[in-house]
Amino acid sequence: MELDSLYQEVILEHYKRPQNKGLLPNQTVQVHHVNTSCGDEITLNLKMINGTIAEISWDGVGCSISQASTSVVSELLKGKDSAAALAIIDTFQAMLQSKGSDLGDESVLEDGVAFAGVAKFPARVKCALLGWMATKDAISQSLALTSNVKKEQR
Amino acid sequence: MSHFDVSAVQADFPILKRLIRGNNRLVYLDSGATSQKPISVLDAEREFYTQHNAAAHRGAHQLAEEATEIFEAARGKVAAFIGAKVDEVVFTKSATESINLVAYSFGNADLGTKFHIKAGDRIVVSEMEHHANLIPWQELAKRTGAELVWLSVTDDGRLDLSNAERIINAKTKVVALTHQSNVLGTINPINEIAKYVRNVGALFVLDACQSVPHYAVDVKELDVDFIAFSGHKMLGPTGVGVLWGKQELLDEMPPFLTGGSMIETVTMESASYLPAPKRFEAGVPNMAQAVGLGAAVDYLNRIGMEKIHQHEVELTKACIERLSQIPQLKIVGPTDMELRGGVVSFTLDGIHPHDLGQALDQYGIAVRTGHHCAWPLMKKYRVVATTRASLYLYNDLADVEALVTGVERARDYFLGR
Repeated sequence: MELDSLYQEVILEHYKRPQNKGLLPNQTVQVHHVNTSCGDEITLNLKMINGTIAEISWDGVGCSISQASTSVVSELLKGKDSAAALAIIDTFQAMLQSKGSDLGDESVLEDGVAFAGVAKFPARVKCALLGWMATKDAISQSLALTSNVKKEQR
Repeated sequence: MSHFDVSAVQADFPILKRLIRGNNRLVYLDSGATSQKPISVLDAEREFYTQHNAAAHRGAHQLAEEATEIFEAARGKVAAFIGAKVDEVVFTKSATESINLVAYSFGNADLGTKFHIKAGDRIVVSEMEHHANLIPWQELAKRTGAELVWLSVTDDGRLDLSNAERIINAKTKVVALTHQSNVLGTINPINEIAKYVRNVGALFVLDACQSVPHYAVDVKELDVDFIAFSGHKMLGPTGVGVLWGKQELLDEMPPFLTGGSMIETVTMESASYLPAPKRFEAGVPNMAQAVGLGAAVDYLNRIGMEKIHQHEVELTKACIERLSQIPQLKIVGPTDMELRGGVVSFTLDGIHPHDLGQALDQYGIAVRTGHHCAWPLMKKYRVVATTRASLYLYNDLADVEALVTGVERARDYFLGR
């Protein structure tokens, strides 16, 4: 059934038991993202240590797709450096915007490939991207912070 | 349920024969967003283009004459439908534009006129407004320095009028309210509220998008100054909306959009303007859409607004009763039929509306999910979003049953795993 291709078991698992949900203190950057079409909102804390993602914690309300996908990204990118993390986010985004032709590389995206089916439901692509775009924004902001600090030190 | 022959009505709407996501019958429960169109409306638009197309109010040729006549006849039909004088009906592109027209016109009004809004004045709205009847007033308040104040809603989905006299005070210049909430289904007691508005001499603007399509609305009985509604929610085409305003007000108001068709005389330095409705219809009008709306009015009249209303009341009652039997389900809005229309919003414990809507779609059931362009109301009821079923004349009990079964199936799909 087509509904199952959207709601993979992995997605419902993450929805029921979201990882890293609950904001942790001492973040490098906090971002707040909203899906304007449905009202889903997340707040995400990113903690960087020496250019590496030490922690992603988040809180928010939304549908199973947005909650599960935020859970997945918060696990997947932990321990990655900024460049690697941004590359993985781009891969995920490309899969979702492929209208179903790109099934995703499990060695890169891990649980993230479960969202390949979302690409066939255009109205839900934004849901799946919410947490990922928030993370991308947070990483970009943290990079800007670092470069500002460097400029000041010069 | 024999107010009229619903199956004959259904046969007039070609789209209702479509199969959805495979082999499912379309159960269309999203008329609050936009209604489906009967073949007579499509034919009227097509006939306008195939037989009479020309720019109305211009040119001396036969087609221009016919286009003008048919376009103005549509205005006459709409005016009769709401009990208005024909020159009080302004065609816009949407109800959103109608409300913006009023807000911008007030914003353009000269000091000393009754429409002029300034710092210290008050604009009153309510917490249950659609964004279309909220943001234009927020913006007007911002531009003029006026204060935006609102009536709140009660826990059972009614307007809280306990402090209406304090809210609608002597400083109040405009009160803009919805006739029926697009989320809760609540019908507001307009003439009761009008007393407060009249007491302070304010102008009363009514968003009638969810009322005019569903029951008889007569502007002579409603003590308001302006009403706005859209064509596409009442079986008509998209791209046409209506603003009704009292003649003496419209004739004094400054224009909103300016250009051709709305002028009396023009020099290089200045222009004078025609009276309403033309003053507010700059440019070649949306003729085919207005003609389609005229055909929609004919269709609704043929069935009868009273019968349509009775039909919807019975369906809504059944819908609320049946949905309420689902233990995890909560209706957001009044559960009695007193002053209530055919819009039923609900939440289901443990399932986000987006997911519920997705599952229902797989079964062929079209509902609206989200914040329904009423974000403040969602926050008030502490919900992220709701699922909304909205009913119309072509819906029947089988649609209500399909919804109930669909919700139960979706619940089992998500919670049973």
